[in-house]
Amino acid sequence: MAEASYPSDVKYHQDHDWARIEGDTATFGITWYAQDQLGEVVFFDPPAVGATVSKDQPYAEVESVKAVSDVIAPLSGEVTEVNEGLGSSPENVNEDPYGEGWMVKVRLSDPSEVDSLMDADAYEESLT
Amino acid sequence: MSQGTETLKRTPLHDRHVAAGARLVPFAGWEMPVQYTGIRDEHRAVRENAGIFDVSHMGEIETEGPQAGAFLQHILSNDVTKIAENGAQYSVLCNEAGGVLDDLFTYRLGHERFLTVTNASNHDKDLAWFKRHAADYDVQIHDRLDDYAMLAIQGPNAPALVEKLADGELPPRFRTATLSVAGAPDTLVAGTGYTGEDGVELLTAPGSAAQIWDAVTEAGAQPVGLGARDTLRLEVCFHLYGNDLSEDRGPIEAGLGWCCKEDTNFIGSQIVRAARENGTPEKLVPFVLTGPGIARQGNPVKGGGVVTSGTLSPMLDIGIGMAYLPADKGIPGTPFEIDVRGKTRPAEVRSKPLYSSKET
Repeated sequence: MAEASYPSDVKYHQDHDWARIEGDTATFGITWYAQDQLGEVVFFDPPAVGATVSKDQPYAEVESVKAVSDVIAPLSGEVTEVNEGLGSSPENVNEDPYGEGWMVKVRLSDPSEVDSLMDADAYEESLT
Repeated sequence: MSQGTETLKRTPLHDRHVAAGARLVPFAGWEMPVQYTGIRDEHRAVRENAGIFDVSHMGEIETEGPQAGAFLQHILSNDVTKIAENGAQYSVLCNEAGGVLDDLFTYRLGHERFLTVTNASNHDKDLAWFKRHAADYDVQIHDRLDDYAMLAIQGPNAPALVEKLADGELPPRFRTATLSVAGAPDTLVAGTGYTGEDGVELLTAPGSAAQIWDAVTEAGAQPVGLGARDTLRLEVCFHLYGNDLSEDRGPIEAGLGWCCKEDTNFIGSQIVRAARENGTPEKLVPFVLTGPGIARQGNPVKGGGVVTSGTLSPMLDIGIGMAYLPADKGIPGTPFEIDVRGKTRPAEVRSKPLYSSKET
């Protein structure tokens, strides 16, 4: 997607990750800004289902042609599902970062961590 | 961002890059376009049509005088007497220990006049080396970095595109001609490149760069950044200084013995001769990953060795690269493993080039 986009139905982490929270589970991905900085994503190396992820720590790697980057967990929990579709279509991270480009679903171990995340306005502000 | 952009040098085409939507990054002290539309798109444009690169960050050193040829023969690894007037030759610059200071193209502009193109990150070091060793020769060394902009126009349709803008025939491979290109007079047109495709490199006055850029892009060549320049050169296994070449490695282990003529007694030639005769513990080989993932510069090879360049091949759509491996493991077809940030990735030695557009 060519135009910057920061939807209001997700929460944002300062390392350019988002979490869409539904009760005690959340879906993670990277923001429009992150995919724009990376360039074309060509490989996503997901964690295993069942892996524990910790807020502010890397849980996966995403590679552009030029470089590899860690993906940082915006919240803590246990991975319940990974986006297998990114194996064959990693470009979905660029084309639809908040939709088809999602990375993992996580059962949250400490839902109160959500309070530390930013809303769309605060995140966009942090980019300027 | 680790470096303020205000300290970076800009090429004469900076405003063209901004207008074309380039992502500009610091590179060897310059603010350079890494990509415009995307690395894969730009890469494919060069393989299938024509692309234009601003490589004005590269340096130029002119060597002039009655002993210009003899002096260059003393410092460059190749046989400089073989460069005809209007010819071009690749060589390495070695230190006394046979380590590689830089890899260079030298163009013979006249009987006693040569122009050597340096890597941006090595220009100052090379210039100091040239000047230091020139003392015993009747030559003058001129820093021409600020006197040239450099453009590369590469791809199967590049020669025809440039020819239409030039006032004469383009030179053949590894030859040069001085032509007017898009009205830019006295442009040195060289049949050289760094992509494995047909094409030319142009050295012109900085003030003429924009008119060439405009004419070439209007004629259909796509702007291509340093990102695709790297993937293009790696698919055809051209060396990149700082990755595949360094002062700690010699030309023999790097697979550049073909451009070393030890009988010319260039600086470092005794060490190079010994390496050729006795072999080297490691050698640089091209490889592909046989499974998922992408190896990167610095990834260790299991059992010894290191990856010096790694990327995703846009044409092959797999991880490719070059690595120094123990010499006995460097035979094409040999499987090996790379430690990619803690994960073991299977790989296989291949022969050069990893990709060829001229397959029949």
